[in-house]
Amino acid sequence: MNDLNTNMIEKYRNSFLNEVEANVEEGEWVKMCMQCGVCSGSCPLGNAWEHPPQELFMMIRAGKREEVLSSDSMWMCTSCYNCIVRCPREVPITHIMHGLAHYARRLGMEPKEQPTAKFAQLFWDNLMKKGRVNELKLGIDLYFKVGEGMKTALKNKDIGIAMWKAKRMNPMEFFGGHAVKDLNGFQKAIKKAEELEAARLDKHKA
Amino acid sequence: MATREYSFYPGCSSQKGASSSNYLVSVETMCEELDIKLNTIPDWNCCSASIGYAGGGELPRLTLSARNIALSEEHNPDQEIVATCAACWLSTKEAAERLNDDPDMMAEANIALAEAGLKLTNKTPIRHMAEVLVEDIGFDAIAAKVTKPLEGLKIAGYVGCQTNRPFGIAGESFENPVYLDKMVDALGADSVPDYEKKVQCCGGALAFSEPEKSQELIKGILESAYDHGADMIVTPCPVCQMNVEVYQGQINDTHGTKFDMPVLYYSQLMSVAFGRSAKDAALNGQIIKSKQLEEIAGK
Repeated sequence: MNDLNTNMIEKYRNSFLNEVEANVEEGEWVKMCMQCGVCSGSCPLGNAWEHPPQELFMMIRAGKREEVLSSDSMWMCTSCYNCIVRCPREVPITHIMHGLAHYARRLGMEPKEQPTAKFAQLFWDNLMKKGRVNELKLGIDLYFKVGEGMKTALKNKDIGIAMWKAKRMNPMEFFGGHAVKDLNGFQKAIKKAEELEAARLDKHKA
Repeated sequence: MATREYSFYPGCSSQKGASSSNYLVSVETMCEELDIKLNTIPDWNCCSASIGYAGGGELPRLTLSARNIALSEEHNPDQEIVATCAACWLSTKEAAERLNDDPDMMAEANIALAEAGLKLTNKTPIRHMAEVLVEDIGFDAIAAKVTKPLEGLKIAGYVGCQTNRPFGIAGESFENPVYLDKMVDALGADSVPDYEKKVQCCGGALAFSEPEKSQELIKGILESAYDHGADMIVTPCPVCQMNVEVYQGQINDTHGTKFDMPVLYYSQLMSVAFGRSAKDAALNGQIIKSKQLEEIAGK
């Protein structure tokens, strides 16, 4: 358990709802959920969630901190936005799921070996390097860091070859690849944004 | 008709040698025919799509889009931003709204952007190319450009998720949008208005991390198109296009199906219907070729 997590437990001792409202993207909306379940019924991967969204919202209110943050449920979100447009209370459910996932990751509480948690982190790290996604390197990382290495690579080799033949994948991207020109400015701006966000979390902590 | 100009955000997957490079080629062709000039935002960056959230917190993600909007405001002033990728459009539009609604977040985004010598005013409308076609050009003007009608082709309009929700096209329903069907009809083909999977999720980025679960969804999208007798599927989204096209072989291996359904972009259909070559329509970028479209393009 990292220091940030320990500090957050101290600060919010009895109210996980308060913690979520202060630290999770769009978290102030959680209390607006009226438990109708339209979100869960609308989710394309609804049957894959151990705790569907409206259940997560009730668990947050019930203070089930460990169960919520270590759940792999919010990592099942495909970002289809069905739940958002159908929610009678217009709760931004998709964003709260992303926010919960990010907060769990920040605290080091996300389930280990969760494939979407790993892929989502690889995606972010990938785009931070050059300012644009390098699809070839992302694919290689996907096979060897999320999948089963060579087994996954071989399973997908026909797709790779077909993409290459259609000029929709370029092996030369391995060496450098597309990038923003002002990479220094780009990275400095995002680093500053990360610092400002960390400072905001620290302020809530104090 | 005067040339229309927009500030263009092409996005990572449209780049040379990337997964939707065929989309960009056909968009450029389509825009030439419709007298649309796209001025690419200089030095644009990735928007982090809707999967960057594990590593990227709210402000860093908003700052990604803020940088693109700021660059657009500096270099393409007074031009609306237009994106062709659903995720690019969604992320950018979402960021613009969030920053407008939250002055603290806006102030912090500008502190971050100052590190790159940029400033965000955030007054620029963020639009999808589908909106430009439907609202600025219109179905009648599109139909008037058709020199090779796509006669006899039945085309299932697969709108997908992020072009449709949460913003969508003004006046369209989230559950049953019809603009893609109208586009298909305007090009002389037959649409499938009761294609019940038209807004079904394909799994999005989870096609990579949860392939079995996503391929179940993709299977349904394909089955429904076959059930309606469609010759091909058309979509406005790069992730939809790729997911529904490239996994058909794996789905066939798993389920014993015989899917072989071409999945195209609206811009490819238009390029062909407007009389341009198969190459200009980027039909060579298909993994599952559409022989019917190639024939019409070759006439």
